[in-house]
Amino acid sequence: MSYKNFTIETDSDGIALITWDMADKTMNVFTLEVLDELDAIVDQVTNDEAVKGAVITSGKSTFSGGADLTMMNSVFERIQEERAKDPSGVSKALFDQVGRMTGLFRKLETCGKPWVSAINGVCMGGAFEMSLACHGRVAADGKDVKMALPEVKVGIFPGAGGTQRVPRLTNQQDALMMMTTGQNLSPKKAKSLGLIHEIAEPDKLIETAKQMIRDGLKPVQPWDEKGFKLPGGAIWSPQGAQLWPAVSANLRKQSYANYPAAIAIIKCVYEGLQVPFDTGLRIEQRYFTEILQTPEAYAMVRSLFVSLQELNKGARRPAGIEKTKFSKIGVVGAGFMGAGIAFVTAKAGIPVVLIDRDQNAADKGKAHSQDLVAAAVKKRRMSEEDGEALLSLITPTTDYAALDGADLVIEAVFEDRGIKKTVTEAAEAVLAPGSVFASNTSTLPITGLAENSRRPDDFVGIHFFSPVDKMMLVEIILGEKTGDKALAVALDYVQAIKKTPIVVNDTRGFYVNRCVMRYMTEAYSMLIEGIPPAMIENIAKMTGMPVGPLALNDEVAIDLSQKVNRATIADLGEGAVDPRHVELIDTMVDTHGRLGRKNGKGFYDYPAKPAKKHLWPELKDLYPQQDPDDVSVDEVKRRFLATIALEAARTMEEGIVTDPREADIGSILGFGFAPYTGGALSYIDGLGVKAFVDMCDDLASRHGEHFKPTPLLKEMAANGETFYARFGAGAGIGQAA
Amino acid sequence: MADAFIYDHVRTPRGRGKKDGSLHEVPSVRLGAKVLEAVRDRNELDTSQLDDVVFGCVDPVMEAGGDIARASIFEAGYATEAPGMQINRFCASGLDAVNMGAAKIGQGADDIVITGGVESMSRVGIGMSGGAWFMDPSVNLPAYFMPQGVSADLIATKYGFSRDEVDAYSVESQKRAAHAWEKGYFKNSVIPVKDQNGLTILDHDEHMRPGTDMQSLASLNASFEIMGEMGGFDAVAVQAHPDVEMVKHVHHAGNSSGIVDGAAAILMGSEEGGRKMGLKPRAKIRAFSNIGSDPALMLTGPVDVTRKLLDRAGMTRDDIDLFELNEAFASVVLRYMQALEIPHDKINVNGGAIAMGHPLGATGAMILGTVLDELERRDLNTALVTLCIGAGMGTATIIERV
Repeated sequence: MSYKNFTIETDSDGIALITWDMADKTMNVFTLEVLDELDAIVDQVTNDEAVKGAVITSGKSTFSGGADLTMMNSVFERIQEERAKDPSGVSKALFDQVGRMTGLFRKLETCGKPWVSAINGVCMGGAFEMSLACHGRVAADGKDVKMALPEVKVGIFPGAGGTQRVPRLTNQQDALMMMTTGQNLSPKKAKSLGLIHEIAEPDKLIETAKQMIRDGLKPVQPWDEKGFKLPGGAIWSPQGAQLWPAVSANLRKQSYANYPAAIAIIKCVYEGLQVPFDTGLRIEQRYFTEILQTPEAYAMVRSLFVSLQELNKGARRPAGIEKTKFSKIGVVGAGFMGAGIAFVTAKAGIPVVLIDRDQNAADKGKAHSQDLVAAAVKKRRMSEEDGEALLSLITPTTDYAALDGADLVIEAVFEDRGIKKTVTEAAEAVLAPGSVFASNTSTLPITGLAENSRRPDDFVGIHFFSPVDKMMLVEIILGEKTGDKALAVALDYVQAIKKTPIVVNDTRGFYVNRCVMRYMTEAYSMLIEGIPPAMIENIAKMTGMPVGPLALNDEVAIDLSQKVNRATIADLGEGAVDPRHVELIDTMVDTHGRLGRKNGKGFYDYPAKPAKKHLWPELKDLYPQQDPDDVSVDEVKRRFLATIALEAARTMEEGIVTDPREADIGSILGFGFAPYTGGALSYIDGLGVKAFVDMCDDLASRHGEHFKPTPLLKEMAANGETFYARFGAGAGIGQAA
Repeated sequence: MADAFIYDHVRTPRGRGKKDGSLHEVPSVRLGAKVLEAVRDRNELDTSQLDDVVFGCVDPVMEAGGDIARASIFEAGYATEAPGMQINRFCASGLDAVNMGAAKIGQGADDIVITGGVESMSRVGIGMSGGAWFMDPSVNLPAYFMPQGVSADLIATKYGFSRDEVDAYSVESQKRAAHAWEKGYFKNSVIPVKDQNGLTILDHDEHMRPGTDMQSLASLNASFEIMGEMGGFDAVAVQAHPDVEMVKHVHHAGNSSGIVDGAAAILMGSEEGGRKMGLKPRAKIRAFSNIGSDPALMLTGPVDVTRKLLDRAGMTRDDIDLFELNEAFASVVLRYMQALEIPHDKINVNGGAIAMGHPLGATGAMILGTVLDELERRDLNTALVTLCIGAGMGTATIIERV
């Protein structure tokens, strides 16, 4: 028999080598067709008497990425549609559908002939679950060989037996950690956990797998043997009593119990380990059916898998422009941001000229990379040679002539129009026509800065976030005259440094910082209302934000907030900033000298390590405090989510952001907006625009006009629209706005 | 409804709940039998007339499993007609046994019952009966489960009790208990546990440390800090009560209830039942109630249930002469006094579990007996007995002398 996605070669020992190699994909994934073929292959192996056993591997450099989540996305769309018609019918259909993979893998492991998975490269999700169903597992020894059950990261969980097989192979604590964080396992780690049996040199992988069968590998899984005992001890044992009360607690500690899929994993393990294996699979199937129908799963798969991948692939790149191969990139300004940009650029293998006014400053900028490389080498995340190679790509200098031949120059100098003008002119004097000049400004409109350029169509904003080496988002800002070429070059650059771009139009604060401002100003209002500061910070984090608004303000510096307030008032008038907020910030800075983390005194105190930062005790004395038990936790949560989501909606309404995918991804990668929502606009769509509008009206009645829903939202509520329906599905894609 | 009267009560001394404790050699059933024997013998009780024995027991497994009350009846040599049952509401089980007895009498179903409880913590161990509340993620996650010590520390943090304050409370508890023992306030109710030869195994509460002072307590490390940090329970506490920036751990072995072995029994009945048996009533159950309370704070149920009970009984705090609140942790009592504005000289006047120990299923009956004796000694009338309870509950009972 022949298959579209697999080849089978049976050797003289009767061992069938099944090679998974999908013709039209760069990586193998489970599709319905793949499942059908694998099902037939299991039958073929089982029924062919000449076949003694099977080795399954991949014909690609990777093993498999697991289930096809793009396909999963269409399943979600169908669930959404069907649910309206027949909710109970949806569950039944889904239950049967998700049982498909479970049943197939169970059939494989009970077919009576030994199967070995030969893991030659990245082996994720469903593919690792299939491997776990094989009686033997061998992984190739290599840096690129990683195994994981990463489903939880996109709001779902290992629903093809993973939650049952992993904790029957390794202790429950490690099993839970692996599945609730989705961590990658190296072959060594996987072997130490007992999840694989052997590690082989890459060229001996298949031979090692076959040898396991020749050596008489038993075609029976441990849990199908009589007298099987759980490696970590039973749930109702002293070990179990030690572990389980802390499991939920640690989940709260990790992720505030905001992720239904993570909760489902621990329930599957707890309940599944108390019953026979097949019953455990059924329990997992029930939870998986439930989780697939959660709004979190829908929103997370769409944003964190589908949209993220699309944006990374250049969804917004104008067509018809040749892809840029970067031979040299210039970075002007070797301060913290410039130094970080130089590092990520060199890390991508691109030569960087790092310019500052004096050699000392330029060298200091390069030293930042030296520090990062040293830390990475120490943690064995980078080899010494790779580190040397990276550093050799960075040339610190004061000489603009060194920019000659650069495809792209990014300035990250002081936020001063005059200095930026000088730098732009000095760079353009050397740059060839067609090269692109970018500003990393976070506060100055690009259109205005582009007036300094002789070629404003080649002028673009590339806005990084701090710390540059860690933050995955880059905002590309289009000035009025920015051309398609500049956009394409900027997108190519962001792709080269393996970050995620969002393309936004020019406005004060662009997209991300506008939203972040709302987050912080809502916290100011809460402080002024007398909500205890600890509640503000804790509830913000419980809402799913990575950092409390007051801690965040300390990081960006409170005197900077004061400057921004003053600049905003100067530009837009007195009413542009809430006078209560001005007073709070002025009091913090002028009366109490509290500038933020940088002087060890902000909303928090920063005692010498190892003591932890803690809220400034006198903060409570600035405003009369409410009784904490009278403060509604849910209302505080809603205020944070709604004020940010409203700002995101405004940017759509103003045409600053044009694609809901970018608003969502920008909110998650830019400032960690509650990822379980799928992002700021998915949050609104998930609630339903009408419900969101009602909620905002309600909040506005108590907490101020800034919660008033905008005309666009009201219109969408009236029409029953969503952001994705109105602006999504390619709306605005590929247009340089 | 018929009134339920209290005719007598006894308790064993409390043995240190460890392998070196004096009562460690005594099986749970024998502890239960000792108090049943004492009640029978002191009151010349015809046990064939007994309608029920209700015992609280929090870990009713292994030797304490399978209805320890009926087993104790056999061991005590009671008449065959005497039935028994075991109930569990964690730390209030002993008081809930009393309340259940009162309900059975009040309904007219029973005339004479013995209520109480038994717990051999040294032999069975805390938590040995398992339970979905702390093990099952479907339950412990939404219930904000954390070990009681972390909850006690959360109470101290949230309501502002410093390490010095909880320690000072505990020093006073030791002082009061020592004084009460010295003066013989407990002697009529504590029955020595003796062996089959009549040799005394234990005749006093051996957990007490009468010399305890602030200095000796200051040397103890907080018990629940590592658990709070590593086990993730501090995070649970903060997420349940986000006004708490971080949990300050103040409790330790010296300001928490002692782990001990012991049993208690209370002879109760209707007026008619008492008269038939020739018994003289000492007090009656005026009212009782239960409540569920914030599961994360877990141990503030006494505040809620006291408010509920006073309201139901048409009474105010000032109608209560003495309060008896189980000293599970110092912060529990401090919070109770703070919330209800009760002066320290009206509550736990003879010390409590911090000094003498907390034999889980028996404690409720023990402290009810203690405060009844004290009402009589002071010639006062009314007392309110209450306990905090695992998973966030409160049980309270008001007794009145007759």
